[in-house]
Amino acid sequence: MVELKVNGRAYQVDVEPETPLLWALRENVGLTGTKYGCGVAQCGACTVHVDGQPVRSCSLQVGDAVGKQITTIEGLAAGATMHKVQKAWIEHDVPQCGFCQSGMIMAAVALLKEKPKPTDADIDAAITNICRCGTFQQVRAAIHDAAKA
Amino acid sequence: MKKTIEMKRRTFLVGAAAAGGGLALGLDLPFGAKVAQASAQGGPEVTAWVVIKPDDTVVIRIARSEMGQGTLTGLAQLVAEELECDWSKVTTEYPTPGQSVARKRVWGDFSTGGSRGIRESHEYVRKGGAAARTMLIQAAAGEWKVPVSECSAANSVITHAPSGRKTSYGKVAEAAAKLQPPADVPLKDPKDWKIAGKGVKRLDTVEKTNGKMIYGMDVVLPGMLNAAVKDCPVFGGKVKSFDAAKVSGMKGVKKVVKVDDSSVAVVADTWWHAKTALDALPIVWDEGPNAKVSSATIADYLKEGLDAEKAFVANKTGDSKAAIAGAAKKVEAVYAYPFQNHACMEPMNATVLYTADKCEVWTGTQNGEGAFAAAVQASELPAAKVDVHKIMLGGGFGRRGRSDYVIQAVKLAKQMPGTPIKMIWSREEDMLHGTYHPITQARMVGGLDDKGNLVGLHMRISGQSILASALPSRMGPDGRDPVTFQGLNPAGEFAFGYAIPNLTIDHAMRNTHVPPGFWRGVNVNQNCIYVECFMDELALAAGQDALAFRQKLMAKHPKNLAVLNAVAEKIGWGKPAPAGVHRGLAHFMAFGSYVAGAAEISVAKDGKEVKVHRIVGATDCGHAVNPAQIDRQVAGSFVYGLSALFMQECTVKDGRIVEQNFDTYDSMRIAQMPKVESIIMPSGGFWGGVGEPTICVAAPAVLNAYAAATGKRIRSFPLKNHGIALV
Repeated sequence: MVELKVNGRAYQVDVEPETPLLWALRENVGLTGTKYGCGVAQCGACTVHVDGQPVRSCSLQVGDAVGKQITTIEGLAAGATMHKVQKAWIEHDVPQCGFCQSGMIMAAVALLKEKPKPTDADIDAAITNICRCGTFQQVRAAIHDAAKA
Repeated sequence: MKKTIEMKRRTFLVGAAAAGGGLALGLDLPFGAKVAQASAQGGPEVTAWVVIKPDDTVVIRIARSEMGQGTLTGLAQLVAEELECDWSKVTTEYPTPGQSVARKRVWGDFSTGGSRGIRESHEYVRKGGAAARTMLIQAAAGEWKVPVSECSAANSVITHAPSGRKTSYGKVAEAAAKLQPPADVPLKDPKDWKIAGKGVKRLDTVEKTNGKMIYGMDVVLPGMLNAAVKDCPVFGGKVKSFDAAKVSGMKGVKKVVKVDDSSVAVVADTWWHAKTALDALPIVWDEGPNAKVSSATIADYLKEGLDAEKAFVANKTGDSKAAIAGAAKKVEAVYAYPFQNHACMEPMNATVLYTADKCEVWTGTQNGEGAFAAAVQASELPAAKVDVHKIMLGGGFGRRGRSDYVIQAVKLAKQMPGTPIKMIWSREEDMLHGTYHPITQARMVGGLDDKGNLVGLHMRISGQSILASALPSRMGPDGRDPVTFQGLNPAGEFAFGYAIPNLTIDHAMRNTHVPPGFWRGVNVNQNCIYVECFMDELALAAGQDALAFRQKLMAKHPKNLAVLNAVAEKIGWGKPAPAGVHRGLAHFMAFGSYVAGAAEISVAKDGKEVKVHRIVGATDCGHAVNPAQIDRQVAGSFVYGLSALFMQECTVKDGRIVEQNFDTYDSMRIAQMPKVESIIMPSGGFWGGVGEPTICVAAPAVLNAYAAATGKRIRSFPLKNHGIALV
């Protein structure tokens, strides 16, 4: 049994410490907004924040996340108020199939925390997520708009 | 803590069936069946397509599957347009294939592929909306005891002009649902559209930004267990033996199951436990005769087909052989295109609850009725005891049109009756068991006269047929696969865009043991590369401008010419490009639409690095239902197409696919994204597809720009095999 702090709440989770954080979040905590796409830290669909840093949760063991603040897509909004990145995503109608978008949004939020006014080069460097539908043009525009909000 | 998806009661299906599907008998029109039924969301059904709740919420039924392409929103726009309802009150729901079968296929075709979602159902869904509007007005007129002709509807409000009385759809829906639907209803002229034809926002966006959208992989049922599965990595191989005892004591493991002849699964409390145990499970495979096949043996087999005597001829004019033999100049080139996996972001999965008297499936599928038929067959239960609940797809691209994973999940669940089983493929399993973009080669031979006119062309394709293994019933009577010739036919929705006096296009079918499938764009991906790159090669040999050379051959193809000219103009063809920037063009006809692309690229490191700066993409899809979504489909198709061009190949070694994850099968990232400028130029009078057509023009436009930049013509793909990277 380990304790995970997710979206400001403590969860007692019955998993082995070597379980990937992704699967503990999805199957034990019950938050399925974080997606499995590759399991090898390539696609970024599983991106969450651990102590504010974007992390590919498929490749972080639960044991290494204990005691840290974990934020998932479900924890991004402040109550009924969506995060400015989510608002920009809706404004630009970014998602197509949407499966990669939780990770994409989490990566964008982390970027804006680091660089409130990112350049295109900053976006290129920070957003390394795969989107098979090809929403990149809208992702870029939405990040720039969120930066102005 | 866990989200539980609502298990929709099957009373709807059973009720409709028990009432005797006879209620719908003799009414073939999808909007015509008259069965007063409540929506799963509550509220009376006015027509099969429209449910209206007392609070005026409009529930529009969508039979096709949303997988990112926007069809859900587009189809809803078409229904809403004729319904004259308040767009802000529109929601949607999927009827199930089981309900549809029980009601004599009242919702028509569920299959979502071939860019057909809108273009093949626009008429009957619009009629479904129009019939509902007529009935709602009739109900209001009946209540007011006034002539129907004095009433009109707009924005979900019905008005009786002479008296000034008004009522809303929600107030008369119950009465409208009891009326007989009109025999036929006129449809609006698209020029009068107010909701359709506009770039309205998608209906499914919010839940895709807050983690609440449920995909197949997210389904949770009470008491559910999870399964990881391995099929023999060599296609056609079988399970010889496995040692369940080695893993049955591992944490969470409930059962080790032989699913069928070729696959084994571990069922556990969580998927992670199931996968961990499956990875530790010793399995011995009988790999069969295909274990010796490799990419090299397949390439040799296809190469032989380039010279074969026998081939299926799809397009023939004049005598290409004689014309080429007598030409002043002969140009020849051989191209090759690889196997590619769809690599949907969400690996294949399905959740099944099987009991002795029912089988229910929850899955993301592009083919609801195909998945239903597969579940009926695999469960061995009568159709009335089976249903498929369609869940949002994390990408489809053609892969989820096949029901192999549904069959597997049903066979698995059947061995654990009463327990819902969620089966998820790992990414590796997904890569090893795709339905791959078919492999082909093409020999292009052209003859130019002394003025540089193209007098003869022979295009010989050698390689895989998709239909031969995927849908043999659709093969031609002589054994040909018509799908092979997409974009190369004399006429139709995949017509060749040039008039060449002596032309032969033929196919020497060479099938392999690697299963082919429909992969976004299907055969236009390589056919457009073969034709449009070779057109540039011919223009070069003729000493002519690539655009002018094409235009001379396109007088009889004005719609192709219009999109080509549009991209040429926008990219600045004929005008100087920025320093170091080079341009390329391509056009084609696919899925009923005319498409063209023009790219601007620059190269570095002796041609080993390519930057694509811009691509202009034009599409004439006849009618544009949602231009904002078309714009996204154009840009998205270019990402899919350029990822394939630069990075993606599934190679074969020892009978199996080598590339098992994104580390060896890469996909474009945002840094590699060109600026995409789409030109949507619907010329009316026809309905073309949108999700796929433009994909095919990106690769040849970039390849032609690459040849312009470097003088090198690349003829085999992906470009990574030549050490060329997209930056």
